[in-house]
Amino acid sequence: MEQLLQFFIFLPLFAFIISFSFANKQEKIISAIAYTSIGVFLVGIVCFTAIWLFKGMPILHQKHFVFYKEESIEIFLDFYFDKITAVYAVLGGLVTFLVAMFSKYYLHRDVGFKRFFNTLLLFFFGYNITVFAGNFETLFIGWEFLGITSFLLIAFYRDRYLPVKNALKTISLYRFGDICLILALWMSHHIWHQNVTFSQLEDAQLVISHIAENYNSVLFLITMLVLASTIKSAQFPFSSWLPRAMEGPTTSSAVFYGSLSVHLGVFLLLRTHNYWETVLPIKILILIIGALTVIFATLIARVQSTVKTQIAYSSIAQIGLMFIEVAMGWHILALVHLSGNALLRTYQLLVSPSVLGYMIHDQFFNFIPKQANPQNPFVKKLTNTVYMLSIKEWNMDSYLKRFFWNPLKYFGRKFQVFSSNIGLISLVVIYIVGLLFLIFDDHIPKQIDEYIHILFALIGLMLILMAFTEKKEAIRAWSMIIISQFYIVLSIALLNDKYEYNEILLYVVGLVIAAIIGFIILSKIKKSEKQLDLNDFYGHIYQYPRHGYWFLIACLAFVCLPFTPSFIGIDLMFSHIDHDEYLLVGITAISFLILEIAVLRIYARVFLGPSKKQNHPIAYRSS
Amino acid sequence: MQQIAFSESHVLHELKHYLPSQTPLKDFIHHNSLHAFQELKFYDAIFKASKIFGYQATLPLTDFRKLYEIGRIDDAILEKIIIEKKGAKNLSIWKENVLQKPYNEHTDQRIGKLRSYWKKAYHLDLDNLVQPLLFRILSSYLDQGIAIWDFPNGNAGFLEALRNLEKDSFSSFFKTKRAKELLFDENQNISNLLQILVGDEAYFEQYLFDQQFSHRGWSGMVATLEAKPDSLLSQKQISLHDLIVFELILEIDALDHHFGLNWQPISKISEEKPIDLFENEPITELQEVLKIAQNAFEWSYYDEILAGIQQLNLSKKKGNVEEINTYDQSFQALFCIDERECSIRTHIESIDAQAETFGCPGFFGVEFYFQAENAKFYDKLCPAPVTPQYLIKEYGVPEKRKHDLFYTDKTHYLITGFLSAITFGFWAGFRLIKNIFQPEMSPAISNAFAHMSPVGKLSIENKDLSDREKNLQIGFTVTEMANRVEGLLNGIGLKNNFAPIIYIVAHGSSSANNPHHGAHDCGACSGRPGSVNSRVFSAMANHAKVREILKERGIIIPSNTQFIGALHDTAADEIEFYDLDILSESNQKLHEKNILTFESALDLNAKERSRRFASINTKAEIKKIRKAIKDRSVSLFEPRPELGHGTNTLCIVGNREITKGIFLDRRAFLNSYNYKTDPEGKYLTGVMAPLGPVCGGINLEYYFSRVDNYKLGAGTKLPHNVVGLFGVANSSDGDLRPGLPWQMIEVHDPLRLMIIVEHYPEIILKSIQSTPQMYEWYINEWIHLISIHPETHELMYFKEGNFVPYYTLAKEIHFYKDVQSLLEQAKEMETNHIVDATQENLPVFLYK
Repeated sequence: MEQLLQFFIFLPLFAFIISFSFANKQEKIISAIAYTSIGVFLVGIVCFTAIWLFKGMPILHQKHFVFYKEESIEIFLDFYFDKITAVYAVLGGLVTFLVAMFSKYYLHRDVGFKRFFNTLLLFFFGYNITVFAGNFETLFIGWEFLGITSFLLIAFYRDRYLPVKNALKTISLYRFGDICLILALWMSHHIWHQNVTFSQLEDAQLVISHIAENYNSVLFLITMLVLASTIKSAQFPFSSWLPRAMEGPTTSSAVFYGSLSVHLGVFLLLRTHNYWETVLPIKILILIIGALTVIFATLIARVQSTVKTQIAYSSIAQIGLMFIEVAMGWHILALVHLSGNALLRTYQLLVSPSVLGYMIHDQFFNFIPKQANPQNPFVKKLTNTVYMLSIKEWNMDSYLKRFFWNPLKYFGRKFQVFSSNIGLISLVVIYIVGLLFLIFDDHIPKQIDEYIHILFALIGLMLILMAFTEKKEAIRAWSMIIISQFYIVLSIALLNDKYEYNEILLYVVGLVIAAIIGFIILSKIKKSEKQLDLNDFYGHIYQYPRHGYWFLIACLAFVCLPFTPSFIGIDLMFSHIDHDEYLLVGITAISFLILEIAVLRIYARVFLGPSKKQNHPIAYRSS
Repeated sequence: MQQIAFSESHVLHELKHYLPSQTPLKDFIHHNSLHAFQELKFYDAIFKASKIFGYQATLPLTDFRKLYEIGRIDDAILEKIIIEKKGAKNLSIWKENVLQKPYNEHTDQRIGKLRSYWKKAYHLDLDNLVQPLLFRILSSYLDQGIAIWDFPNGNAGFLEALRNLEKDSFSSFFKTKRAKELLFDENQNISNLLQILVGDEAYFEQYLFDQQFSHRGWSGMVATLEAKPDSLLSQKQISLHDLIVFELILEIDALDHHFGLNWQPISKISEEKPIDLFENEPITELQEVLKIAQNAFEWSYYDEILAGIQQLNLSKKKGNVEEINTYDQSFQALFCIDERECSIRTHIESIDAQAETFGCPGFFGVEFYFQAENAKFYDKLCPAPVTPQYLIKEYGVPEKRKHDLFYTDKTHYLITGFLSAITFGFWAGFRLIKNIFQPEMSPAISNAFAHMSPVGKLSIENKDLSDREKNLQIGFTVTEMANRVEGLLNGIGLKNNFAPIIYIVAHGSSSANNPHHGAHDCGACSGRPGSVNSRVFSAMANHAKVREILKERGIIIPSNTQFIGALHDTAADEIEFYDLDILSESNQKLHEKNILTFESALDLNAKERSRRFASINTKAEIKKIRKAIKDRSVSLFEPRPELGHGTNTLCIVGNREITKGIFLDRRAFLNSYNYKTDPEGKYLTGVMAPLGPVCGGINLEYYFSRVDNYKLGAGTKLPHNVVGLFGVANSSDGDLRPGLPWQMIEVHDPLRLMIIVEHYPEIILKSIQSTPQMYEWYINEWIHLISIHPETHELMYFKEGNFVPYYTLAKEIHFYKDVQSLLEQAKEMETNHIVDATQENLPVFLYK
């Protein structure tokens, strides 16, 4: 039975690859590929689950594919099936199938018809990897796909400003969650000394003794998992991205933000519950997050005056309840609740345009004029305060900006001194010195070695921050990112004695190809446009759709999406950072966090947004 | 030019003039999107608007060239137009200009220049800091019932409510003290705030225009609500002045917060002198080329249709087409002038050669407010500019209105939300499956037939003048009824030869999941179905005393003639008849026969419409097509339940005979009019008066939404988010989107309306010149006007104040033996680019 699991995971990927070869106007074929494959998935998973139920719900587990293997480390795809997977898989299949059927008509003749269905399939692929994952690595692969497909669907209307801006905002937060997962992965490698699978976590005795041995490390690991869940499910204080993510066609908002994507935070908690159930502080943390979300999201939902944002916040509040349910150990209730909520919100979003006609009609007959009720002055003042704060979403958005993004930007700008050509050249020189260090590794005292370690990691981070805030020159930002990668490799890999050269090669090959492709594309556009800065969104995709496409691929390769060898490289790299090297792991994690945002920022600023060429209709910025 | 002294009231007035004037979506009334420029000639107006606001005013030149390549722009027409405009000796130069010469089509608008200096000089994105909060507060204040928690003190004026809120709260919308104090100053005015923000008075007007046009959707909505507060059910006291004051304070707040008090007003940091936004500019060569191209595009169609009309009338004269016996009609049916009814009329006539059809604006000359039973509000059921003095009340409705649980706001509360999720969350899943595979009518779908109960009674006759409600007279007196019936019958030229049954067919449109559903209903009934009007008119015309008065006035309606109201759903292609119990026994039998005619006509109508729908095979079995068409109107996933007024281009005022036999392809507004019964044009003025605002308004709204769907249209429907029940925006932080969505205009050819009137040129001239407002449409070339000479059928074109002869260039018009095969030859459009999307719009065919 285990053997069948892979079928469910690779079916959408297979459909995605087939669908790629058709043109946008072949709508019938493209949509048929999507709904047939998802339909087959749905029927398959329902039958599979039925048989599985009949067999007494055994936990299924399959080690599927080993990516990489050496003595100390093994990276492999691992699949798993239990009641949580069953619920998520059936729900995912059903909702995606219905939305695909719905979109077949809804998106008729949209310029992005093919783009939509391909992204939907890719999303579904990522979703399935996540819910079928048997270990953290596999889950992380799925998680990454979910993030990037979210970005693509939020920025679906890429010729307008707000979708692009909000897509960047969402992916930035998602990226934060991804990094939490990477850190959890890193910690897990170190404390388990192996690639731990979820079925191993089923062994309660093992887990308890393991926690006792590594209490603090486990605390860190689980906190990271909770943080990743909190972001994915738009819980307090990360709620404000969800209403803003409703930029794509209503159907994509329904499938992503109404139902499947937002409920994955709950999934991650359920999936790892064996791990944290006995850790009281974590339980309390989850309860607090859930409770705060319930309070704030309910209040904010009450003041929303647009349909989609109202649905978004009421859904967030329900997910807050689910966090509480999961923390209390009421798993069945949580599973029922999330399925019902997912279906309800999907439906509400899909019919959200009807609200205008229905409610106006309703008011026509049942209107009661608003009356100001006399209130105790203090109570009134209090309710007014709560009202205003709820309108401002309890400042969640602005605090996030102030305490999270602004410091990054601040440092990035401080480093701009290095962004001159001389600065860049000197960085290359320093790099060569670093390589010399490597060659004469044996002659360098251990202590200096460690400092250089950190120093190079810091230079890498600095370069990424500079690229993140670079405004004048797109090509320069791209170059900084490339150089930064070499610094990071140098810092972790080269100066670490245990590292194997073929591991480095794995990582670098992917990057170099991506770097070159990106460089060529940017140079070409700069040549014909004379100027290519990052001050604004330029929407060059209108004129250079092919270039935009390949640049996106290059960006995704840079972000180490699992189609480049770099993906394995990055995983290996992290596992080579030692357990106690908190500083190095911290710096590297922040580097990777900003790297993706910096790369996608270049893509978005150069290719997306309203075109600057005013020889065709162009959207208003505020639209 | 630039006036140095800033006059607040003047600038506010100007702003309101130029901002979009779309009302809340529940009343969708089509209008010229560039109404503010209507006192200029069409081309001057659109190029000027383009220069100021950056709108695209025509199709891009590249599209015109592609249209030329595929033959949609006729070579002979193009040459003719160039010769007319530029002289024969310049033909080759200008033809090359139009077809080959490369131009830089980049336009550079004036709006937004000044305010861009915040970003240029201060690296501060003021719009990002101010707009999301401003829009959120505006939409919360104006909200009509989405939010569960109402805006505190929402009944007070906008600024007043904000002041109360700020005073009585521990929180604030502002981040700095100064801003709060500025708000609390009761005598706050725009000039003071501009003094802080802008500095130099010479820049004030420009700044306000920049600011308000950076979110024209919201500003337009506020300006409209200020002028028409009753267009909201829950009325709000808001004005553009209040909006501007609050926005200026928010801007000051953002700047203060960012820079402390260390910032300079924008006049100090701007490097440019203030500009006059409205300064005239000489027309460029590119614009000349666009003018020629647009004219050639228009006349390529007009010429063919005019040639068709001429050829048809010539052959009719020769007697090739037998005239129907004018004394033996099986029935008569009066439809709305709406171009969507043009096809069903054709089909009725083709099925029953003895049936006669008429067209007139779909409120049928009876103007009133309607109050459905138990309704708390009135519906206006007449053209938008008319203010009725009458009220029609519905009573005796047996059934109750159905509710839909999924729309209750209880799902957004915490506990009830939880309960809903674990209970009818799962039901929602089933509902969705059901609607995808088997769509059907539900309470949440706007149903044209639900506008009025078919079995309810209406208070049509007023027997006591003191019977009034809210200053409106309930019902019409007998004389008032007779006047209206007489006016209408005279207008359409129906004064004798009455058939036993005369159907008064109104129209409406059902659609699911469509905030713009009002745009599909009857424009002459202020964007609502016209069912009540058809019933009211029929009752009036059936009234014995009315008939007596009419008899005195020379209109003798035989006693066996009965009027029957009906409603045609233009999306579902269904029809419903009203008050059938009044039919006499003999008419009952006739009616049963006529129902078959209507049903077959609806089948054919569905077939004709299916030409434009990719998802329906036009060659399929006709009942299947009909079912597919009906399903569209109740499918949640269908963004095109119907194509609305897409492709409209013509308006024909005259006897049905002049176009009967031309395949008009649902592109023509048909207004019946008989020059013989009105030789002096006494009624013509009344007939012509609504054509500009109604048909011209529809046509131009489609034109502008088509040529610039991003700025003048609402963009694609798919991401729309309903805001406060009065508008749509693209997302949570976006501006409101007035105009038509992309799905409505994609098959539309951006051509101006051409009105063809069958009457003597001098009579037409006299009638259009009767009011300046009416004349403006024609003399400024927003509408083309053609006169067909009643006797010679000679064509005259209205040009610069005079009628000049027009000679058609088109050759023989294609002739089809029957309409069915003509319908089936349509090809599915490949993309929605103009070249593919509107291929079916030419050529013109004759049929038998």
